[in-house]
Order: sequence, then structure tokens, then C-alpha cells
Amino acid sequence: MSARRLAKDQPDSFVLSAASKKEIAVWIKKYPKGRQASALIPGLWIVQKQAGGWLPAPALEAIAAHLDMPYIRVYEVATFYTMFNLAPVGEHHVQLCGTTPCWLRGAGDLKKVCESKIGPKGSVSADGKFSWIEVECLGACANAPMIQISNADGDGYYEDLTTENLEVLLDDLAAGRKVKPGPQNARHTSEPETGATTLNTKGFYNKVKKKKLPNTSKTKAGAK
Amino acid sequence: MVELLRDKDRIFTNLYGLQDWRLEAARKRGAWLGTNEILQQGRDWIIDNMKASGLRGRGGAGFPTGLKWSFMPKEVTNRPHYLVVNADESEPGTCKDREMLRHDPHLLIEGALVASFAMQANACYVYLRGEYVQERNRLQAAIDEAYAAGLVGKNACGSGFDFDIYMHHGAGAYICGEETALLESLEGKKGQPRLKPPFPANAGLYGCPTTVNNVESIAVGPTILRRGAAWFKSFGRDNNAGTKVFCISGHVNAPCNVEEALSIPMTTLIEEYAGGVRGGWDNLKCVIPGGSSVPLLPREICDDVLMDFDALSAVKSGMGTAGMIVMDKSTDVVAAIARLSYFYKHESCGQCTPCREGTGWMWRVMERMVTGEAEMREIDMLLDVSKQIEGHTICALGDAAAWPIQGLIRHFRPEIEERINNYRANKPVFVSQVAAE
Repeated sequence: MSARRLAKDQPDSFVLSAASKKEIAVWIKKYPKGRQASALIPGLWIVQKQAGGWLPAPALEAIAAHLDMPYIRVYEVATFYTMFNLAPVGEHHVQLCGTTPCWLRGAGDLKKVCESKIGPKGSVSADGKFSWIEVECLGACANAPMIQISNADGDGYYEDLTTENLEVLLDDLAAGRKVKPGPQNARHTSEPETGATTLNTKGFYNKVKKKKLPNTSKTKAGAK
Repeated sequence: MVELLRDKDRIFTNLYGLQDWRLEAARKRGAWLGTNEILQQGRDWIIDNMKASGLRGRGGAGFPTGLKWSFMPKEVTNRPHYLVVNADESEPGTCKDREMLRHDPHLLIEGALVASFAMQANACYVYLRGEYVQERNRLQAAIDEAYAAGLVGKNACGSGFDFDIYMHHGAGAYICGEETALLESLEGKKGQPRLKPPFPANAGLYGCPTTVNNVESIAVGPTILRRGAAWFKSFGRDNNAGTKVFCISGHVNAPCNVEEALSIPMTTLIEEYAGGVRGGWDNLKCVIPGGSSVPLLPREICDDVLMDFDALSAVKSGMGTAGMIVMDKSTDVVAAIARLSYFYKHESCGQCTPCREGTGWMWRVMERMVTGEAEMREIDMLLDVSKQIEGHTICALGDAAAWPIQGLIRHFRPEIEERINNYRANKPVFVSQVAAE
């Protein structure tokens, strides 16, 4: 398991913004009455976004009070789930997948790019623009190697990376240029790079017509 | 020559997102076609047909889906029933549910309605892994469309059945793919698996009867019912029915996802769809056939093994999620498995001692095997410890951590021994064989 602790330096206070409260209210409505604790994980995610990418201790207290939960339950959850950052991160927080499928396709080389462009693993660059960590499988193995970048624009997946296109990507972000999530080569999504060999039958997609439901009379006679 | 699956027999017709995911386009592709008519056939008809189709759960364990549905209480008492869709896809090598969530979300929503109806569940939660932020936005947009069109909500599809579907998400914990850990997480707690019994069908979410199914198991339901159990069963061998989305990653020329019939030979899958192994089939070293948890298979077995539940368990591996990780001869396979050991060490929830302590211990020994510093006798010790973890924990994460190591020792023991000898002889411990390209 991964042992995680809150950061040493903490701000004195944190106030849930009206926008965050509104977003959390949408989640609370999804669960039965009295089960608002279910909204904790989405709530912490919203609070992390409001706090600039990490969870300060006063924010945990604020959401505990908001959801009417003991602080320790919130602390447990915040320290258990690895997407909750317990210390400040850069404006662009790079999460590099290092698990075997990405490693087989060169995640090790991507780490070196991050080290040279950003700094040691887990650090925030001096200008506060970037930080990077290694994470476990992000579930885009057919587009390995890949990273996820969390910033003000969202949490996009950047796939089919090479050392070259990762360098370009990080340079673009540093220069404030827009970048496009998804495969960084010619692929659309997870079809073969050489082009889709399936699902390319012409005119196939508008043809589906309603037919008689199979097995209806027989099974109905069979049931009781 | 094996006959390949034709496009007209594919269920996920927008797997690559080449078409529009929205409701109107999804309808043209056949989603939401006659859903009300399916519901009108009744619960027993749905469950009987799902059983007859031979569909086995697509999340890894391969439990028959129709049978699982039939375990729910027949009558709803004061505790409501729930369907929970497990979209916490995190098994290394697996990236199929993501494609369904972002490109064919309406198949999933329709499937959730049909399954919930069959189990008398008026509410369904879809639990996505936290990292799938774009996918969760996509699914929510599709759910909103379905509500607006009256397909879900009060009197869903005009069936008289009230059905609510909610998107929920986690925050980066592999263990939440285990069904009871997922339920804990959905209740706002740490994702630590529960002891069974009671099984979720009796006491699941909020203590109410609950069924947890994988995205793919739920999403294929309506198509199976529309086209008939016999149609689905016509693919694959007995006891291994249907089509399945395979993920092919690692050292192949064209990694991809593809839907094919079960029981397709592994060679065909890799050669026909993934552009072949880098440097040709002879350059293949091994394949992990079903996501990181299952033991790897050396090339000799890959030559003629079929991709289905029974064939893979017969060679002491498993079908798992069908996430195939291909490694060519340039691969340092000891390091590849050591990286997986680190993954399990990182993802252990810390509840059971054999797993919490054992995964870390195994990883540390594996790291010393990578460098060759380990003792020769530690190979057997590692095997022995892995067997003490396997089967001695609440959930299967302990097993999943043990199996890759057991597979490595079973098939590549000489390679580990050679490294230990090389280290002692001051030779390079690992020399990569000529990498293709």
C-alpha cells in the first residue's frame, strides 16, 4: 500500500466557494437521503480543483462539515486515494504511467524527458508551472506510452508518446500554447496506427432495422 | 485459416469513435431499438435468454451473467435493489471499457435499464475510475440525453418502469475494481473489500440487494436479446460463448482494441489485427493474455493457444479481462514482472496482512532478482511466499499479485538463475536480445 501524509506547510483556512457548493449539491442529490457521504470522493475532487490542484487540511475540515461527517473519515479517504494530492502541484501536473504496458513501449525514456524538463520525480518546477509523478496504469494501454496532464483545461490523456512529441508537448504548455489531448500521432483513438481494419464496412451504420424479437413465443410458453 | 468476425456481427460498432456517440447516431446504429418490447417480455424472459446466451462476465472472473442476475431476491421488500456498473477499469493491459464509455455510452445506458428491470432495481450507479475524467463527462452527457428523450427516468421507454441512472467516480484506487471495495468506495469510504458472505445480492450498496457487473457485460445485453441468444452463442466454443473486446498492447506493430469472437487463436488476433509481433512471430518472447493478474505464457504455448476461458486456464493462465500484453525477445521479462509487483504493492489496500506485507516483500525480492543480487535459494522462497499470500486474503488482489510471479518462475526460471550467476561472475546481468527495428 502507499503510505501518504498531509503536507507539513498548510494554509490557515479554506472556504468552500459558492460554485463548489453548487457542484457538490448536484452529487448529493444522486444518493438516497442520509447517504450524502457518498458524495465525498466527487466532493474532494471538486475541492481539490478549487484549491489549485491539491487538498490542504483546512479543505478536508470544510468538506467534513459540509457533508456532516467526522473529519477522520474524510482524512482516511483523502489519504487512501492517490488522485488526491496532499501537497501543492504545478500548474500543469503531469502523471506519467509507468506500469508494464507503457514501460514496454518506452515510458522509461519519457521519465528522462520529464526529469530534464521539469526536475526530479515528485518535484514542482521552480517557476511553479510544472510538476510530475509516476502513476500506475491509467487504462490506455493500446495507446501506450501515455501521460495525463491535470491543469485548468481539465485532465486530458496524451497518448502514443515518444520522447520527441513529449518534448514538444511540454514546450507548448510552457509557452502557453493550446495542446490537443488524445493520441499525439496520426491515430484517431485505439484503432491500429495503420488504419482501422474493422468497423469500416460502408453504409453499415444506418442500416439497422427493427426485427421481430427472437425467442419470444417459445420462451413465453416455457415460462409457467 | 480462421474465419474472422464480420462487421455486421460486432456489438460495439463505434469502438474507435469513428462515428458520432450521441443519441441520434447511436439509434441509427441500433441502440435503443425496441427496448420497450424487450421489457414487455418480462423479467424471466430476459434472465432466461441471458442465461441461454452463455454470456460470462467480462470483468475478469467470467461468472455467468444471467446466473448472477438470478441471485437477486425475487421480491422487493423494504430494501430497494441496486445495479452497480463496474467501470473502474484499472487492470494493467486493459483499456476496453473506456472505449465503450466514450464512444458507445448509449449501449451501456440501455443495457443498464434492461438489467435493472430484470433485477427490479430502480436505480443504477455507474462507477468510473477517477482518471477517466473525459469519459465521465461523456457518459453524463449521454445520460442527460437519455433522460431528455424519456428513455430513462420515470416510465422509462414507456414501459411503466421507473429507472434512474447515476454516474459516480472514484479517485485512483485499483482495488475499487473489486466489487465489495467498489461498494465501500461508493458509500464514501476507503476502498477496502468486505468479507463475503453476505454477498452483495443480499447486502450490497447501503446494505441493500445489489448486483455489480462489468461495463461490457451490461452493454452487450440488449444486442444479445435483440439478435437472440443463439446468435451470440454461435461465436466461440461451448462454455466460452460470444464476442469480446480484446486489448492488444506491448511489442506489436499496431497496438489496438478489437472485438472478436471468443476462442480465436492468439496468433490470429495478433497477426490479423495488431500488425504482428515486432520483428515477426519468431521474435515473440511471451504474452500476458488477460491483464496483468494472470500468469504469462511463453512463445511455445502462444503458438496454438485459443483466446477463451477454458483454453487459457488449461495452460495455467486465465482469460481475465482479455487485455493482452505482448513482449518480444528484447524484453527484460524479470524487470517487466518486477514492475507489476510494484503495481500490486502500490495498490494493496492494506487490510489483510499477507497482502499488505507480502506484496512489498515480493516486490523487494523481485528487484534484487532484476539486479541479480538475490540468492539462488530465494527463487524457491519467493515461490513459497507467493503461495502463502494466494488464497489467504479477503479479496483476490493477493492472488493477482502472486500469479505473475508464479508464471515467471514457471516459465523463465533459467533466466533468473542466469542473472544471479552473471552477477556473481561480474558479467552484465541482462543483455537484451537484438530488438527488431
